[in-house]
Amino acid sequence: MKRRTTTGAAALGAVLALALSACGGGSGSTPKDSAQPADQGGKAEFNAALTGIVNPSDKKGGVLKFANEGDWDSLDPGDTYYGYSWNFVRLYGRSLLMFKSAVGKEGNELAPDLAEGMGQPSDDAKTWTYKLKQGVKFEDGTPITSKDVKYAVLRSLDKEVFPDGYTYFNDFLDLPKGYKGPYKSKGVNTDQAIETPDDQTIVFHLKQSLSNFDYFAQLPATIPVPEAKDTGAKYREHVIASGPYMFQKNEIGKGFTLARNPNWDPATDPNRRALPDGYEVTTNVNADDIDNRILSGDLDVAVLGTGIKQAALGRVLGDPTVKANSDNPTSTRLWYTSINGNVPPLDNIDCRKAVQYAANKVDYQTAFGGEFAGGQIATSMLPPAIPGHEDFNLYPPGADNKGDLEKAKESLKACGQPDGFETNIAYRVERPNEKAAAEALQQALGRVGIKVTLKGFPQADYFALYAGKPGFAKDNKIGLAQNGWQSDWPDGFGFFGQIVDSRVIRDTGGSSNVSVRDPEVDKLLDQAMAETDEAKRNAIWTAIDKKVMEDAYVLPGIWTKTLIVRSKNATNVFVNDAYGMYDYLGLGVK
Amino acid sequence: MTAPLDVPDASVDPASAPAIAGAGVAAIQGRSLGQIAWMRLKRDKIAIAGALVVIFLILVAVFAPLLVKAFGQDPTQFNSDLIDASTMAPKGGTGISADHLFGLEPVNGRDIFSRVVYGARISLLIAFLATLLSVAIGTLLGVTAGYFGGLVDSIISKAMDVFLAFPLLVFAMALAGIIPDSAFGLSGDTLRVAMLVFVIGFFNWPYIGRIVRGQTLSLREREFVDAARSLGARGPYVIFREMLPNLVAPILIYSTLLIPSNVLFEAALSFLGVGVRPPTPTWGGMLSDAVRFYTIPHFMFFPGMAIFITVLAFNLFGDGLRDALDPKAR
Repeated sequence: MKRRTTTGAAALGAVLALALSACGGGSGSTPKDSAQPADQGGKAEFNAALTGIVNPSDKKGGVLKFANEGDWDSLDPGDTYYGYSWNFVRLYGRSLLMFKSAVGKEGNELAPDLAEGMGQPSDDAKTWTYKLKQGVKFEDGTPITSKDVKYAVLRSLDKEVFPDGYTYFNDFLDLPKGYKGPYKSKGVNTDQAIETPDDQTIVFHLKQSLSNFDYFAQLPATIPVPEAKDTGAKYREHVIASGPYMFQKNEIGKGFTLARNPNWDPATDPNRRALPDGYEVTTNVNADDIDNRILSGDLDVAVLGTGIKQAALGRVLGDPTVKANSDNPTSTRLWYTSINGNVPPLDNIDCRKAVQYAANKVDYQTAFGGEFAGGQIATSMLPPAIPGHEDFNLYPPGADNKGDLEKAKESLKACGQPDGFETNIAYRVERPNEKAAAEALQQALGRVGIKVTLKGFPQADYFALYAGKPGFAKDNKIGLAQNGWQSDWPDGFGFFGQIVDSRVIRDTGGSSNVSVRDPEVDKLLDQAMAETDEAKRNAIWTAIDKKVMEDAYVLPGIWTKTLIVRSKNATNVFVNDAYGMYDYLGLGVK
Repeated sequence: MTAPLDVPDASVDPASAPAIAGAGVAAIQGRSLGQIAWMRLKRDKIAIAGALVVIFLILVAVFAPLLVKAFGQDPTQFNSDLIDASTMAPKGGTGISADHLFGLEPVNGRDIFSRVVYGARISLLIAFLATLLSVAIGTLLGVTAGYFGGLVDSIISKAMDVFLAFPLLVFAMALAGIIPDSAFGLSGDTLRVAMLVFVIGFFNWPYIGRIVRGQTLSLREREFVDAARSLGARGPYVIFREMLPNLVAPILIYSTLLIPSNVLFEAALSFLGVGVRPPTPTWGGMLSDAVRFYTIPHFMFFPGMAIFITVLAFNLFGDGLRDALDPKAR
């Protein structure tokens, strides 16, 4: 799979556009959380920022302090592929569209940013036209034109210079054959892919219909780059700002500061309030140190937004006053176990069902960090934050979620293996959570006689050579494989595209889909791609979710949650579901 | 203990050695090298303490199932109801209780006592077998090189250099990645233990080989070897009957000192995830799991202490043994 997690994930072979996952992705409050009334008063209570704005204020001024336990993949908008970075980049860059800086689910909605309105599709959604606003300028005062946007998108296609980015545009734009971006293919006419009939209009031409191209238009790669100031791979050292803040000082590896951009005109920008005077960002800071400093008020935001570490967990959850100052958003990530139907006896659906019933979901949840730092027990694949999610549970593992052994034994009988069977489970050795989950499954399945042996593989080659390589999995009887996926934005294709489509499975390996082989699911996916009506499309995602679960090819584990702590100094704190973390555009200083 | 080897039996002064003199003059008689060494060893309290701990550890490993039956539970059994699901830590901090003497592991609540006890089996088994393998190969090749000299010596010595230069850790990790489920009639954990024994043992022989070779070189020139040879003794006879008995001391000493380093090596490999597969407990594997939970220190403490005590005990005993067998080696 192609997600980027902050634990570091190697990008593997498959590069089909839409489905690259990991970054953004929305999050939704769980049913339990959203039952709380919207808190507009800004009282500090647990999860208050999921449904309301905590400490609302219009006060301008002050400096917000951010820290990153690692470093950005790149500050260059054309070369960044982390959810937190997409959240943060809106401070200094303006893309054609953007996710609204709004509380909860409203943050999942797209709003025009550089563009005057949403994209206008034509030619069966193969052509998309955007009109740019007048009077938007770079930090040096030069007006931003559609040519700057076109140049920015074209340069981002060069994956040798910008290896961190996604390949959505590479895969869908109708580019001239062999086009390698403006550095290598100088002077090539690219009007067949992107046209700029005038300074305010940009037209994208796609190879195939794409009903949700607007999600592409919010990607940071559409943040304009002035060709005259582009320094290629070195552009990350000084990105020319189009948003309300610009780089003042940037020391890669240490940190940077952002100051107000005098040429940003609030009249052109209804989405950004730009309250603080600036931002101080330090990188490569010890993760536990970040947690401690946020708790003491010395630091405002852990920019990764992946939640506090185990060391601080007890301090936050154990103290009601500290807990009241934290939030627990759900992301669009699913941790799950693939059940490989190619490996006997799991080719028999009843044997797969036995695994579903026998699993202990509570131990699985604890393995990934428990209820708050881990996530919510998943009953199907599609996370609650993605439109099309429906609550259903085909294999209820008992009332206490610890497994329904009776049903499991019945399934084993139906499968012709009344005494259980032997199989192996693969996991990534670098990931202690996956190992713990695999051990939990081993223990749980052992209760009905399914003897599971753990097999750890290096994550870099996990999909290319081991669990994701059909021949290897079959020869080595890898019936179960730990897996995980997060979509780049809250949309069914981004979530399902790479993990349930049997056509992405190749004999050479590399596919994130390890187990789902159902032609009907493939058909449903094609239908969804062509369906332009959003409600109908969402209904298809539900149908896919149900079909995959009926086939029992996937044992859903948890939909992840993170525990994040609000800054003591910040105002306007709220969680944006599109990123599943605090909205960095909204924050102000007390 | 710094006295030369032949002092106690050759010229015992009753006044300066009351313990011996107490038995009466009649008790003075020739003592074998072993008896002398044992007498010296007995006087070294620290070495004896080390030996007792070593014996205790071996008993723990051998009787692990009984111990666990009496004081613990199945080392792979989860106790998730004793774990606080929100922080992954055992309820009450450590989970130490009469049922769980060393407390519980975070996340899944396995009994740390049972896992440490069972961990001793893997650690000691691998350390002993690997040492045995190193000593066997090292002695054989060391004696051969030292006794025959010439071309044989230079070939074996070069081989030692090659083995010493081998990136053992990297090789072990690579090997663990490609090892199949079953090979050579072994499978599962047995195969992995065998692999670890092979890797650790096979690549450690040059250390002992060099020492044996050096000793052999000096023994070869001694009169009794000349005497044996002039009486018509051939190579094998001289090696096994004349030289080996005189090599027992250094071999024994370095074996005892090799064991703790092998314990550490096994722990390091398990820590890196190269050892036996989870959920089989090993000390190194437990430490590796514990790294994430440094705010729950008891998880790291017990396996860490187990490694520490084992290594220290073997080292102390080994030092004492060296002093006893070969006082001049200090």
